[in-house]
Amino acid sequence: MTAMTATVNAAGLRRDAAAERRFFLSLSLPSLAVVGIGAILPLFWILQQSLTTARGDFTVVNYTALLTNGLTWRSLLVTLELSGGTLVCCLLLGIPLAFLLASTSPRTASRLMVLVLLPLWTSILVRTYGWLVLLRRDGLINDLLVGSGLVSEPVPLVYNFTGTLIGMVHYMLPIFVLPTYAAMRDIDGNVIRAAASMGASLWHCFRTVILPLAFGGIVSGSVIVFVYTLGFFITPAILGGGRISPIAIRIDRTLSTLQDWGGAAALGILLLLIVAILGVTTLGATRLIRSKPGAD
Amino acid sequence: MLDAYPESRLARALLWSFGSLVLAFLILPTLIVVPISFSGSDMLEFPPRSFSLRWYSSFFGSADWMAALRTSLVLAGLTAVVSVPAAFLACIAIDRQGGRLARAIYAFAVIPSVVPGILLAIGLFFVLARLRLLGTLGGVLLGHAVLAIPVAVIVLYPAVRRFDWVQLQAARSLGAGWGRAIVGIMLPQMVLSLVSAALMAFLSSLDEAVISIFVSSGANTTLPKLMFISLRDQIDPTIAAISTLWTGLIVAVVLLFAARQRA
Repeated sequence: MTAMTATVNAAGLRRDAAAERRFFLSLSLPSLAVVGIGAILPLFWILQQSLTTARGDFTVVNYTALLTNGLTWRSLLVTLELSGGTLVCCLLLGIPLAFLLASTSPRTASRLMVLVLLPLWTSILVRTYGWLVLLRRDGLINDLLVGSGLVSEPVPLVYNFTGTLIGMVHYMLPIFVLPTYAAMRDIDGNVIRAAASMGASLWHCFRTVILPLAFGGIVSGSVIVFVYTLGFFITPAILGGGRISPIAIRIDRTLSTLQDWGGAAALGILLLLIVAILGVTTLGATRLIRSKPGAD
Repeated sequence: MLDAYPESRLARALLWSFGSLVLAFLILPTLIVVPISFSGSDMLEFPPRSFSLRWYSSFFGSADWMAALRTSLVLAGLTAVVSVPAAFLACIAIDRQGGRLARAIYAFAVIPSVVPGILLAIGLFFVLARLRLLGTLGGVLLGHAVLAIPVAVIVLYPAVRRFDWVQLQAARSLGAGWGRAIVGIMLPQMVLSLVSAALMAFLSSLDEAVISIFVSSGANTTLPKLMFISLRDQIDPTIAAISTLWTGLIVAVVLLFAARQRA
């Protein structure tokens, strides 16, 4: 009799546990529904649109047209140049800044950090407008350049590649500095003291001790910068002034001037593929490097 | 960190001067708009020769700008109200579920943060057209909630993880239902995380431009979309006034938050 009660109880408990699991699982439904309708469904629709004709038949003509069009390759090249250029600038500007932050007292560092975080929190349109004002033909930068006699007449700094690159570097730099600074701050000061006591110069110590120890942070920052900038739209649209057309701008133009949904959708899938491939391979490479003993 | 190198003054001076230049680069575009916004001239001149508040009155006096401001503020508020509770519940589900399914739910919820905005924008444009929601507030809200949910999940998940569930089991054993236990025991302990998630969701919506450019229109045009359109056409100093107000708001929020956390 008791044995039977025990099995009945066990079955009841199992049922309760299962019901509880279902209840907790169901709590994720609102988020999943919003993301499903607002992000996944649109992506599937783009995929479907890229593979169908206006009449709804299956076709790959959008892709063949895309890949045989020289404009596609040119905008792909511009996209990679902008992302690569942004990454190089972030490395050159961001590593010294992160090192400065890591080498000062925590008090000073947190004050300087406000200057890094303020642009991060400022609207992208506000920042783009600021650059437009600074970089114009009769803007502050050109006034300074001409006034100091460095150049004889104003340099074209905006509505071109340079302006777009400056805007993108400005957008990504804080995002790059955060993980790099975090990695440098966590370096044990005794390691540096040990290097110094054995006669390493500061430069030698920076190259052979600090940089390798901060490598993880630098790589995470780099992956974010490179992959994130591949889809940039606002900055090239305003600071590029119509002369710079990375893929995101081409998508917009294919839609607004040509009304070509199939072509725009195929371009979109191309962009998504590049982001996915580069994202997955760089993340995979990072893991590989990190899992190697002694590399981190 | 560099106490082992007291004699390398030159290196330190170089580091400081280069670092200061980089910091100036970061802060300059935000600062330059302030004097421009008080300029009395139609031209963008720096330094301004005369001062006035005309660009502020041109902002506050324009029905279009005011409608866009109202839309953006309402939208940002609604985005926070929709996305934070949804993200909070999802975090509970992820934490309680555990294992591979939980990782899948987490990955699904943060997908929108890694997809290029332009793709979400054109895809959403079509989906909303099908649902006859194009140009409605609800349609833009869907787009903004999609972007705010990953932000809120990333902010809230560590807090939910840290939470001690034994407290809820105690409340349950004393007869409270799950709803009552979560609201009565868990929520009060997470106020700070929930407030920062709501703030981040609010700001992410206020700043969102790409989706708005494609799916908001007419009376529901957002402030960033209107700014984008007028930036593409001409460099109107009214934008400088808006930028100054915006940056002022951000500085105030950041300072308030910093003061709160210290208190």
